[in-house]
Amino acid sequence: MMNLPLNITKTVHDWIFSIMPDTAATITIWVIVAAAYLALFAVAGLYLVLLERKVAAWFQLRLGPNRVGPFGMFQTMADALKLVSKELTSNDRIDKFLYNLAPYFVIVASLIAIGVFPFSQQFQAFDINIGLFFLFSVSSIGVIGILLGGWASNNKYSLIGAMRSGLQTISYELSVGLSILTMVLLTGTLQLSEIIEIQRTGGWLILQGHIPAVIAFMIFMIAGTAETNRAPFDLVEAESELGAGFHTEYSGMKFAYFFLAEFINMFIIASIAVVLFFGGWLSPFGITEGITWFPEFLWFLIKVLVVIMTMMWFRWTFPRLRVDQLLTLEWKYLLPINLVNLVIMAIVIWLNWTI
Amino acid sequence: MSYFSDIYNGIKTLLTGMSVTGGYFIRARKGSLTQQYPDNRDTLKMFDRFRGEVVMPHNENNEHYCTGCQSCEIACPNGSIEIVWDRQVDPETGKKKKMIDKHIYHLSMCTMCGLCIEACPTDAIVWAQNYENSVYDRALLTKVLNQPGSKVKAGIEE
Repeated sequence: MMNLPLNITKTVHDWIFSIMPDTAATITIWVIVAAAYLALFAVAGLYLVLLERKVAAWFQLRLGPNRVGPFGMFQTMADALKLVSKELTSNDRIDKFLYNLAPYFVIVASLIAIGVFPFSQQFQAFDINIGLFFLFSVSSIGVIGILLGGWASNNKYSLIGAMRSGLQTISYELSVGLSILTMVLLTGTLQLSEIIEIQRTGGWLILQGHIPAVIAFMIFMIAGTAETNRAPFDLVEAESELGAGFHTEYSGMKFAYFFLAEFINMFIIASIAVVLFFGGWLSPFGITEGITWFPEFLWFLIKVLVVIMTMMWFRWTFPRLRVDQLLTLEWKYLLPINLVNLVIMAIVIWLNWTI
Repeated sequence: MSYFSDIYNGIKTLLTGMSVTGGYFIRARKGSLTQQYPDNRDTLKMFDRFRGEVVMPHNENNEHYCTGCQSCEIACPNGSIEIVWDRQVDPETGKKKKMIDKHIYHLSMCTMCGLCIEACPTDAIVWAQNYENSVYDRALLTKVLNQPGSKVKAGIEE
């Protein structure tokens, strides 16, 4: 028996090609795939917001949203509806063009990035041989949106927030890149599907690379949390200092774009971590390898949720860093450790000490 | 060499913090502090130190402990308490004595600072734990704390 998701997509694919000419069919399939990813994006964003609120409540011995639908299931949908129906306000002296452009930069960057992830063996929209490099470069575009939003708002708090975001991204991008590079030394490829294939035989990369891989994972989690501008690195929108930071002047759906993009970015960081360290859609110890109908993307989602839970755990435990502490952490601790770790990884591979 | 010990201590303290919140996370389903108020209205009981309003407890003989010394009236920073009093002949001793007629308490002006209760030498007024104090007519917020026909408990002044 074939894999179930592949079966469905193959049936749809054949049916579309049977009813229309090739060019039209290809375009139709592009549109369908784009729509599917958009839907995935919206649903994932909404439910991550709900998860965040629930988890935050549990960390603080509260209950969290529980009024709209069973267990508050529809709370974030109601919030999204409210945001859609709200007026898009703006003040007089904004830079209109950049102000309106900024949310799209943020959301399109995260939308592009989500396309390259292999959710299961077949469920991958865009498998390119420079996958990791592509991901890494695309996810850096988001910060341009944040900088534009803060600049165009013509509000000093927004500007401070945006500048902090620039500072933070420039610093921590380095650590994310180097920790990814450490793992790329081990895999020898940047293609996400191949990285997972390597882990099918040799075990998860965090086990293969043992000590340097664990260090790389820790650095990646810290720097990744900083990349997504989440607490304890949320200087960008530090409520107690800057109002709402770079999105102070945004309302309605434009605000919602920034908000959703933050959660999708968290999903992206968690997905990179899962692909690079925890074997992507591979089941632990190959327990469902023989079962062909088992939806592999479930494993991917479970692992991503575990990583996201850890990031939420960080957020609701640690106090926010000051700007100088932020820079000290990056330039005096993470970066030197990362460089040494890169050398250790090279030595480990050179001497064949990988497991 | 404090560099490496800094890293070690940093990670250790972060993990300590995470274990605390992780414990909360696991216990949250049972030990949640949230009161779902309108739903649990019948069973909700406020904690002892909650400051609902000032009341004057009376015993079974309709006696209170208020001697009319006016300490609470003087202590109140915003004049929520007014005491109407006069000197009457005590039927037991035959002497003239200060007695309260009405202990008037304006809940609408009260900031729940508790200075009156601290000032009271005989503990005649205490905090009540009721919290549903909203009414449709603000005149209802001016309360007379001593019950009609009540008198001070004998021997409280000594």
